Amino acid sequence: MSQRPAVETPEAAAQALSHSPESLRARVQQALEEAKKQGATDAQVVVSHSVGLDLGVRKGEIETLEHERDQNLSLIAHFGQSKGAASTTDFSEQALLDTVEAACRIARYTEPDPYAGMPSIAFKAVDWQDLDLDHPWELSIAQATELAQRTEQAGFDAESRIENSEGASVNTRRAMAFLGDTQGFMGGYRSTRHSLSCALVARGDDGMQRDYAYSVSRRAADLGIPEDIGREAAERTVRRLGGEKLSTRSCPVLFAPEMARTLIGSFTRAISGPAQFRESSFLLNALDERIFPEWMRIEERPLTPRGLGSAPFDGEGVQTRNRPLVEQGVLRSYTLDSYAARRLGRETTGNAGGARNVTVRPGTLDAPGMLREMGTGLLVTELIGQGVNPVTGDYSRGAAGFWVENGEIVHPVEEITIAGNLKDMFRAIVATGSDVDYRGNIRTGSILIESMTVAGE
Amino acid sequence: MIDNLARQTLLDPAGLGESELSRLVGTTFGQGIDGGDCYFQFACQEGWSLEDGIVKSANFNIERGAGIRVVRGEQTGFAYSDDLAMPALLEAAGTARSIARAGQSGGVAVQGRTPARELYVPDNPIDSLGEQEKIDLLKEVDAEARAADPRVTQVMCSLAGSREVVMVLNARGELTTDVRPLVRLNVQVIVEQGGRRESGSSGGGGRFGYRHFLENGQAAAYAREAVRQALVNLEAVDAPAGSMKVVLGPGWPGVLLHEAIGHGLEGDFNRKGTSAFAGRIGERVAAEGITIVDDGTLAGRRGSLNVDDEGNPTEETVLIEDGILRGYMQDELNARLSGTQTTGNGRRESYAHLPMPRMTNTYMLGGNADPEEIIGSVEDGLYAVNFGGGQVDITSGKFVFSASEAYLIENGKVTRPVKGATLIGNGPDVLTRVSMVGNDMQLDPGVGTCGKEGQGVPVGVGQPTLRIDGMTVGGTQAA
Repeated sequence: MSQRPAVETPEAAAQALSHSPESLRARVQQALEEAKKQGATDAQVVVSHSVGLDLGVRKGEIETLEHERDQNLSLIAHFGQSKGAASTTDFSEQALLDTVEAACRIARYTEPDPYAGMPSIAFKAVDWQDLDLDHPWELSIAQATELAQRTEQAGFDAESRIENSEGASVNTRRAMAFLGDTQGFMGGYRSTRHSLSCALVARGDDGMQRDYAYSVSRRAADLGIPEDIGREAAERTVRRLGGEKLSTRSCPVLFAPEMARTLIGSFTRAISGPAQFRESSFLLNALDERIFPEWMRIEERPLTPRGLGSAPFDGEGVQTRNRPLVEQGVLRSYTLDSYAARRLGRETTGNAGGARNVTVRPGTLDAPGMLREMGTGLLVTELIGQGVNPVTGDYSRGAAGFWVENGEIVHPVEEITIAGNLKDMFRAIVATGSDVDYRGNIRTGSILIESMTVAGE
Repeated sequence: MIDNLARQTLLDPAGLGESELSRLVGTTFGQGIDGGDCYFQFACQEGWSLEDGIVKSANFNIERGAGIRVVRGEQTGFAYSDDLAMPALLEAAGTARSIARAGQSGGVAVQGRTPARELYVPDNPIDSLGEQEKIDLLKEVDAEARAADPRVTQVMCSLAGSREVVMVLNARGELTTDVRPLVRLNVQVIVEQGGRRESGSSGGGGRFGYRHFLENGQAAAYAREAVRQALVNLEAVDAPAGSMKVVLGPGWPGVLLHEAIGHGLEGDFNRKGTSAFAGRIGERVAAEGITIVDDGTLAGRRGSLNVDDEGNPTEETVLIEDGILRGYMQDELNARLSGTQTTGNGRRESYAHLPMPRMTNTYMLGGNADPEEIIGSVEDGLYAVNFGGGQVDITSGKFVFSASEAYLIENGKVTRPVKGATLIGNGPDVLTRVSMVGNDMQLDPGVGTCGKEGQGVPVGVGQPTLRIDGMTVGGTQAA
């Protein structure tokens, strides 16, 4: 039996941050005071620091061992309605002065923007929740090596056609950031992120295929079992062998959960403040319009404990809230920071830094159930390229996956494209699955779209 | 022997001199170590952007740090530090060498190497224009775009410049410095007609100062080009779907080469046998007459470097000669393990990233055909002249690149514009289907950034007009 890899202690020596919260807070304060001294009417400072370990094993041997240690100070200085920004990785006294000076100098040249400014104090987070994001992993090099070796070996053992490997890797990272502004907001917290991944190569009669599997979480105890990840990577790789092109056709398309995530990603970009005020969205002015089928609901859940996208306050110190974005298929809110809010005549929604833990309400069908629901069509398990036009919603991407008939996988397919328009695709969603993928900032099950154009032979 | 600028920006502030560098090499590397380097970098970068007709924001960033890499066999240990003082460097060195139980030597003599080429002027682009001149430049672009057509509703443009001072001290004690300027101007416009909105974008840049954009009305030309593209898209009909003949325009459509064969010919994937091109040197992978090179030695180009990030001179490397696969792009580690020499393609995003084989400027040499004749030879097909990005699965060889401006070819004539569509193909065989090569080889305007394993580096591409007999076009209109 496999054991879960986690060994936890409250303050793991391997993940000791080299700055204390007090020292980061003091740097924020000092930069704010310096900005004031140089004449800024308002300022905001973020100081961040992280340490990490990345260990890669290939064919059983350590291939790379990387120790990561990053730090950054960034500042926005407001001079009335003008502003300037500067950042540095150098934490010396002189660099801090130079950085403040650079932001202030820029602000003297940029032109007044009637919408510039900081969020009203009324929106700032006051007593924010501990979202349980900090779980350091005391992981020695030997332990990390063993985890990666077990993962990769399980992949080789699972399938005889796995003949090569890009390796298995273990990554653990711990970060701390403090945000402060001249209106008196000061907040910060620590967070961790750990992952275990494996990418394998299989050879068939007509060439090679590569695929991967991974697990990622805030807490090492929540990571998948190494052997399961290795086996999954092997299965995903081998099942792609012998892929065929399809003839060009229109047919139903089922996006597997990790691909369905990209559709929801296009949605969140389209409802973001900049996309709206730059008129660069296929969902321009779509507030209160029905953009998905009536049964669909999408929420933002920034306050989910241990969520990969969780944050108690946004990039301006504004309180984040769990809230619906789409109810009964109708768009209920844009995702706005204070600047976009002023531009659009609305209130900030706590989205400086983006939407967090965007969650599509799961349907009732599991993965096999979704295949049966589709009947005959294309299951997409990989997409390549950036062929999404954010302004028009025109969609055309390279795809690989499986041809499905009567709810059963018939054969792998590759070297095809799928195309449509996102507005039409969203309205043509037939079902969302219960097979939710929680490994990211967007959580959705698989998504079935009634019909798209598939181009091949 | 050490470049003055490197001394001032990297060594003096940290109190480092030649004796410290000598001790650092001696302590970091030693018996049993096959290679590695201490990579020092000082980068300053600025960006100015215009929106709604005003330059409302700008940023300035400074990064300084050192990455220490120790290589033994196939293994690499790596650590980096934002602090360049000796104790921090020695700590990073100790961490990086933890993969190897190797001896140390007291000190290694540091010898300066001077790059053989000067492909760009080391002046700081940020100082090449005054702040007000930068703002005026962006305003000129905005005014030009708005004046070009009343259907323009939004103009967004940005000006970015950086200078990196890079110092590579390798395990042999060889010390090489390079000072790298880079600028870029981008314009994006939104046009609207009868409720339909479309966008167009243009831009360019390279390793020079901002004055480049003032010469020959270059900035204004970018503005007009972005508007032209957006207006073409207003008229675009649904793109066709299926396999057809494709004619690619010259210049930036060379992203085809970058995706279809470039990545697949990087030394790391071939040493590990994970590339669809592995073990195929000497085989035919393109039609006769096709020659493709990766050339980091072009003056002022975005993808050019005097030396790569391992301190080795960049080269003109022939990848495919008259259709036959001739070589891979190598860094030191992969060259050593493959029993060959580096080609000066070892690149990294910054001191906080590991180097690996990367492209510089990748392009196909021109042929004999007149571009008009190429279009005229196609009865029914697609003519694609502008592209967004692309992507490749190097193991299966499948690659895509996405057209942002394309037209139907009907009876040998370019007719209606069609909406953007992704083109997909198989790298090892797509170039065998090239049936005509134009005499109009052109390099891209200097806008490309290549991503690999999470690291972005500036690159260039180029090609002449090409006719490909059979690629899958991913439109919505099935024939």
